[in-house]
Amino acid sequence: MASSPDHSPTEALSHVAALFIELGAVVLGLSALARLALKIGLTPIPFYLIAGVFFGTGGVHPLLRSNEYIGTSSEIGVVLLLFVLGLEYNGAELSEGLKRGFKSGVLDMALNFVPGFVFGLLLGLGVVGAILLGGVTWVTASSIVSKVLGDLDRLGNRETPVVLSILVLEDLAMAVYLPLIAVLLLGLGFVQGAVSIGVALLTVGVVLVLALRFGERLSNAVAHSSSEVVLLTVFGLVLVVAGIAQKLQVSAAIGAFLTGLALEGRIAERARDLLSPLRDLFATTFFFFVGMSINPQSLPGAAGPALGLAVVTTLTKTATGILAARREGIAKRGQLRAGLALVPRGEFSVVIAGLGAGVAPQLAPISAAYVLILAIAGPILTRYADSISDALERFQERREAARLQAIALPEVEE
Amino acid sequence: MARVKETNLPGVGVRHEFQTSGGERLGTITHRSGRRDLLIYSQKDPDACARTIRLEEEDVDTLAELLGVESQIEREQSRVRGEVGGMTLDWLPIQPDWKCSGISIADTHMYDETGVAVVAVMRHGEPIPTPDGNFRLRAGDVAIVVGAPNGIERASQLLKRGVCG
Repeated sequence: MASSPDHSPTEALSHVAALFIELGAVVLGLSALARLALKIGLTPIPFYLIAGVFFGTGGVHPLLRSNEYIGTSSEIGVVLLLFVLGLEYNGAELSEGLKRGFKSGVLDMALNFVPGFVFGLLLGLGVVGAILLGGVTWVTASSIVSKVLGDLDRLGNRETPVVLSILVLEDLAMAVYLPLIAVLLLGLGFVQGAVSIGVALLTVGVVLVLALRFGERLSNAVAHSSSEVVLLTVFGLVLVVAGIAQKLQVSAAIGAFLTGLALEGRIAERARDLLSPLRDLFATTFFFFVGMSINPQSLPGAAGPALGLAVVTTLTKTATGILAARREGIAKRGQLRAGLALVPRGEFSVVIAGLGAGVAPQLAPISAAYVLILAIAGPILTRYADSISDALERFQERREAARLQAIALPEVEE
Repeated sequence: MARVKETNLPGVGVRHEFQTSGGERLGTITHRSGRRDLLIYSQKDPDACARTIRLEEEDVDTLAELLGVESQIEREQSRVRGEVGGMTLDWLPIQPDWKCSGISIADTHMYDETGVAVVAVMRHGEPIPTPDGNFRLRAGDVAIVVGAPNGIERASQLLKRGVCG
C-alpha cells in the first residue's frame, strides 16, 4: 500500500477515491459532449474547450484534485497528436509535396499568417503573442479536413490533391515554426535568441534527414509480433524523443512529429491503430485543459475579435485554395470547393495557443472562440461549396442579363 | 489500354483514373487501410465525382473477378481446353506474386521437373506460339501448357512457388 509520509493510509485512499470520481465524471461528461457533437455532425474539439472553461480557475467548479493529473495528460496529448499526424506521411510524400506545392505553401503562409499577426499586434498581444496568433490563423485543421472530405465523398475529386498538399506543407512548416516559437518564448536577447533558433532549426533538419534516411531501419527495429511490445516500444520512444527535443528547445511536439515521420510502412499503420485510442484519450484532456486555462470572464471580450478574425481569415483561406487550385488547372467550382475545404481550424491552432498562455493571457480565449467558430463554420461552408457556386453563377447571369439590357435599351431609343 | 493517371493523396492513399472508350471518366482510390473507392466522375463538373462507391476487400475481389482477366481466359478455356489422348492442354494465368514472373521458361526447369511443356503464351490477348527457353514469363501472361494431368498440377505449383507440389 503506497502512502506518502504526510498522509495516513486512509487519507491517501480517500484521495484516490475522490480523484477517480472527479476524473471519471469529467471524462463521462466529455463523452456526452462528443456524442452530441457527432450527432449534429461536428468535431467535438471546440466543445471540449468550452467545457474546460467551466472547470478551470474562475470557472463554476474548479477541479482541484485532478488538475495536476489532467495537466500531465494534456502534455502527453499534444505529443501523441503530433506523433499520429507524423505517421500519416512518409518521406516520399513530403518531398514530393514540397516540390509540387511550395509556392502554394508560401502563398498560404502570406495570406493566413499575416492577418493573425496584425490582429495580434493591434490587440496588444506583443510581438511573440502576435506571432502565435498568426500561427493560430495560419494552420488548417488537417484532421477535420480529411474527415469532412471523406464524409462528403470528395476524396476522389480532382481538387483534393491540391487541398491535401497544402495540408502537408503546413504540417511540415510547423516543424520549423514550433521550434522557433519555443525559442521566442524563452525571451532571450537578439544574439542569443538567433543562436538558439539556429541550433533548433539545425537539429530539426538533422533529425528530419535521419528520420527519412533511417526510417526503414527504425521501423524494422520497432516491429514485433506482439501488439503489447509494439505499443510499449512506440509509446516509450515517442516520449523519450519528445523529451529530448524539449530539452534541446525544439519543442516536444515536433520531436513526436518527426518520430511519426520516421516510422513507415506496416509498422506505421500498426502504431496508428494501437496509439490512436491513446491519442484520443490524452488529446481530449489536452483540449479540456486548454479550456481550463481560460478565464470565463475574458470570453465575452474575446468574441468580437475572434469573429472579426474568423471572417477575414475565412476569406484569405478561401483565396489560398482558389489560387492553388487554379494553378493546377481546376475549374471554377472545384476552385471554390478547394478554398472552402481549407477553412476549418482546429487542434493545431489550439496547440499553438496553448503554448502562449504565459506570454499573452488574451491569446487563449481569442483562439478558443476563433477555433470554435471555424471548426463549426468550416465544415458547413465546405458542404455547401457547390450551392454557393450555383448562387454566384445565378448572380453573375442576372448581372450579365441586366448589363445586356442596359446596353440594349439605348439602342432602342436611337 | 487507356492511359491511367496516378496521383498520390498524402495521408490517404493513391488515386488512379482513366477515360473509358465511351468518354466517361472512372477512377479508384486505394486507401492505406486496403479499402478501395470506385469513383465515377461527373459529366458536368470535370473535377467532381458524381458517385463514390466504397469497396471493402471482398467487394474488390468480387468486382475483380467479374471484370478481370478471368473472363477472357475462361472464354478461351471453354473453347480449347481438353484432353488429347491422355495428355491435357491447360491454361495457367501468371499472377504478379508468382515466383516465375520475370523468369525465362528454361530457368523454371518446368520441362525437366514435370514433363510439362509450354506450347504458347497469351500476352495482352495476342498468342505467342512455341516460345523458346529464353522467353520470359510475365505477370498477366497466360501460359498454355501440355502434359500429363498430374504433371500440370505440379507445373502450376512450380510456377507459383518455385518448387513442385
